[in-house]
Amino acid sequence: MSRGALLGLLALILAAPAPAASAEQAATPETSMPSAAASGGEAAPSGADMPGMPGMKGMDMSQPAQGQTPAGPPTASPPDIPATPPPPPPQDHATDRYYDPAAMAAARATLRREHGGAALSMVMVNVAEYQAGPPGGGYRWDARAWFGGDIDRLVVKSEGEGNGRDGVDAAEAQALYAHAIDPYFDVQAGVRQDFGPGLRTYATAGVEGLLPYWVAVEAALFLSTRGELLARAEGTYDLRLAQRVILQPRVELNFAAQDTPDTRTGSGLSNAELGLRLRYQIRPEFAPYIGVSYDRKLGRTADYARLKGEDAGGVSFVAGVRAWF
Amino acid sequence: MRDYYRRQLLRGLALVGGGVALSGMLPGWGRSGTPGLPPVLPTLGGTDIDLAIAHGHLMVDGRHGHAVTINGTVPGPLLRLREGRTVRLSVKNDLTEDTSIHWHGLLLPFQMDGVPGVTFPGIGPGRTFTYEFPIIQSGTYWYHSHSGLQEQEGHYGPIVIDPAGEDPIQSDREHVVVLSDFSFMHAHRIFERLKQDPEYFNRQKETVAGLLAGRDQTLAERVQWARMLMDPTDISDVAGAAYTFLINGHGPRDNWTGLFKPGERLRLRFINTAAMTIFDVRIPGLKLVVVAADGHAVRPVEVDEFQIGNAETYDVIVQPTEDRAFTLVAEAVDRSGMGRATLAPRLGMTAPAPPLRARPLATMRDMGMDMSAMPMSGDMGGMKMSMRDPLNAPGVRMGPGVQTLSPLPIDRTGEPGQGLEGVGHRVLAYRDLVALEPNPDPRTPSRALDIHLTGNMERFIWGFDGETFSQTTRPYAFRGGERVRVTLINDTMMTHPIHLHGHFFELVDGPAGFRPRKHTVNVAPGGKVAWDFTAAPGDWAFHCHMLYHMHAGMFQVFSVRPLAGGGA
Repeated sequence: MSRGALLGLLALILAAPAPAASAEQAATPETSMPSAAASGGEAAPSGADMPGMPGMKGMDMSQPAQGQTPAGPPTASPPDIPATPPPPPPQDHATDRYYDPAAMAAARATLRREHGGAALSMVMVNVAEYQAGPPGGGYRWDARAWFGGDIDRLVVKSEGEGNGRDGVDAAEAQALYAHAIDPYFDVQAGVRQDFGPGLRTYATAGVEGLLPYWVAVEAALFLSTRGELLARAEGTYDLRLAQRVILQPRVELNFAAQDTPDTRTGSGLSNAELGLRLRYQIRPEFAPYIGVSYDRKLGRTADYARLKGEDAGGVSFVAGVRAWF
Repeated sequence: MRDYYRRQLLRGLALVGGGVALSGMLPGWGRSGTPGLPPVLPTLGGTDIDLAIAHGHLMVDGRHGHAVTINGTVPGPLLRLREGRTVRLSVKNDLTEDTSIHWHGLLLPFQMDGVPGVTFPGIGPGRTFTYEFPIIQSGTYWYHSHSGLQEQEGHYGPIVIDPAGEDPIQSDREHVVVLSDFSFMHAHRIFERLKQDPEYFNRQKETVAGLLAGRDQTLAERVQWARMLMDPTDISDVAGAAYTFLINGHGPRDNWTGLFKPGERLRLRFINTAAMTIFDVRIPGLKLVVVAADGHAVRPVEVDEFQIGNAETYDVIVQPTEDRAFTLVAEAVDRSGMGRATLAPRLGMTAPAPPLRARPLATMRDMGMDMSAMPMSGDMGGMKMSMRDPLNAPGVRMGPGVQTLSPLPIDRTGEPGQGLEGVGHRVLAYRDLVALEPNPDPRTPSRALDIHLTGNMERFIWGFDGETFSQTTRPYAFRGGERVRVTLINDTMMTHPIHLHGHFFELVDGPAGFRPRKHTVNVAPGGKVAWDFTAAPGDWAFHCHMLYHMHAGMFQVFSVRPLAGGGA
């Protein structure tokens, strides 16, 4: 696969969350009203004009904002209330005439921290499992942690796999700065360090968030210190079968822009993992699971594996635990 | 029945053994049917009151939990004050962290309002702060910490102010009924869990099993809601999974009991001191005559049930004529549990507690896009409404903290509250409330202000006009004495009980001149509430009374200038 074709593919991967980054509005789901679906059989062009709708003041029906009707906010002041401007915000603090201004300044700092300014953290191990397929039994992990506030966070990720015969086959850790850009998406940038064969360090940039239907997605590009370009897309979905029983389909696709013999990675789609894991939440933060995982090296990557005497992968039964704190 | 006798036995044992310590955790007026103790015990009154805040333990349904106590109890002592006097309240902090007391609903000089960082510096460990202010009102109120999350841990208590003259509300006997939500989980852990997984405490989600059984939404609705990333079961952020619902400090199995003689007019002073719980209150078999709201007398309204938002108070008259027990039910709005108490002629009597009802599901109306609320003419075919069109709220700062903007917020003050539509009996709505006394300031407002209640339920971010308090750079500014119409527009799918310190506002939907005066109002999801108020000089806290919404940023300051006495 040519580099150009791969870049096209990457663009496709990133296309889903990309509008979130560019235009907040575009990423927000719109909904067709049920009544609309019922009454309007044929698809009217979106942005349809809405003539003859009294009482629609303030509802922007995809009309330009400068429309002839003054489409103010939904609750513009009633006509009997004059549109007096508010006074300018005061520059002083009322308490300073009664209490020590220094003590008040300290209390105000605490007040801000305790009303939206808190920094918290979370460690999530989504996959930590034994795999019954590979020789000697395989294992895999996929974990992440975040620390920070609402908008800016430090994110650490790690994933890897191995088996009882050859030890760790692939392992990596990432340290990222994450910044919330809209209600559902963060952009992330930082470094990725690979361990195992062909030690590499990459600069990385990507997005992570929620798509409509609660599909959790991640997409990232990795550029190694030697100029190699990789990409990854990952998606999970939690299907709640019963209050505590959740089925999680998971997809991870890895791409490379070039052949890299010493990491045994071929260009194009280098490997795919398709998983289906059924977990039981003993507590929301602790859920053992069983499942199946189809892990396959593809293209030149599969050839590298076969040359080394390994197989290109296949289906394995897995058992593990999902846990967070 | 066996369970009942077992509890009686345990109670007896507790009396023999740790009974003294156990009852010591509750204030006298909160003590229940414990033989040998009078049902009504002294409260704190007069003009000089000492309160001490300390760590302690609370026994709930036979289980010990950590609590922040006031004079050793949860709830704190009942403060019985009298209108027209000046009161001095000395608050000693025996914690290892700062504390404070805010006098909820009391009209007082702002520097006595008790909000650290807004109206005073707070009370440091080992320090004592003396509040002093004249009492210029009467009715049912309460007090609580405004520091950290102490309110969740038990730092709250009731206030009753007797009028200087004759009380317009006459009764033969009265009970204070303090509703709260207690957790054996630490408050900071609760907040952490909400930030990590905002659905953590919701154990009533929609499931595939439910779909197959024909419960909840249809498949088409589920697909539509999932597309919008909206969960119709997201009614309460913290629920029965973490909470035991208390009445006067008693769990449902402790069963606090208030006594009456058949035929007596009984005045029940309900106060919702819960951190995160809206309650639906009823007493099966008794009509509830609502006679006061947020401390102010209203024209009597007879209902079978009412919803009480966090920090609201309602005074209710009941008149049981039969010689039997009645169960007082305070059901959490998401039906994840209930507070339960008993009204009985004698201690030890009980009546059956009704089962929990089905939990409500949010609707398109809660999303602020109920098309049936609009006049429908013309073809709606293909119409699309953005759930996040900034043109619907020009003053809102758009960012990660704004998940949706209600395209069509509607006035829902005529509705009974989430989950109480179609319960088959009369439920109180705000529009039923009519002030008994004429409103003190009948002027038409000189200006109007819209404030959007915004949030992101996926990230557990809450704020006003798109900003958490930590992000804000300026307060809401007012001129002293000016009359302003404030419209609260709920752009989220949750109810927010919004409280303004140091003022009463009049709900515009009431009859002119006799609008109900409140300090806290529930703004229904997708709804809006308009009120007029007269700005009093000072800096005043303005916030959602869902404790963790406030802690997440749904807090602001109303700055009113000039201050009394000139300057600034």
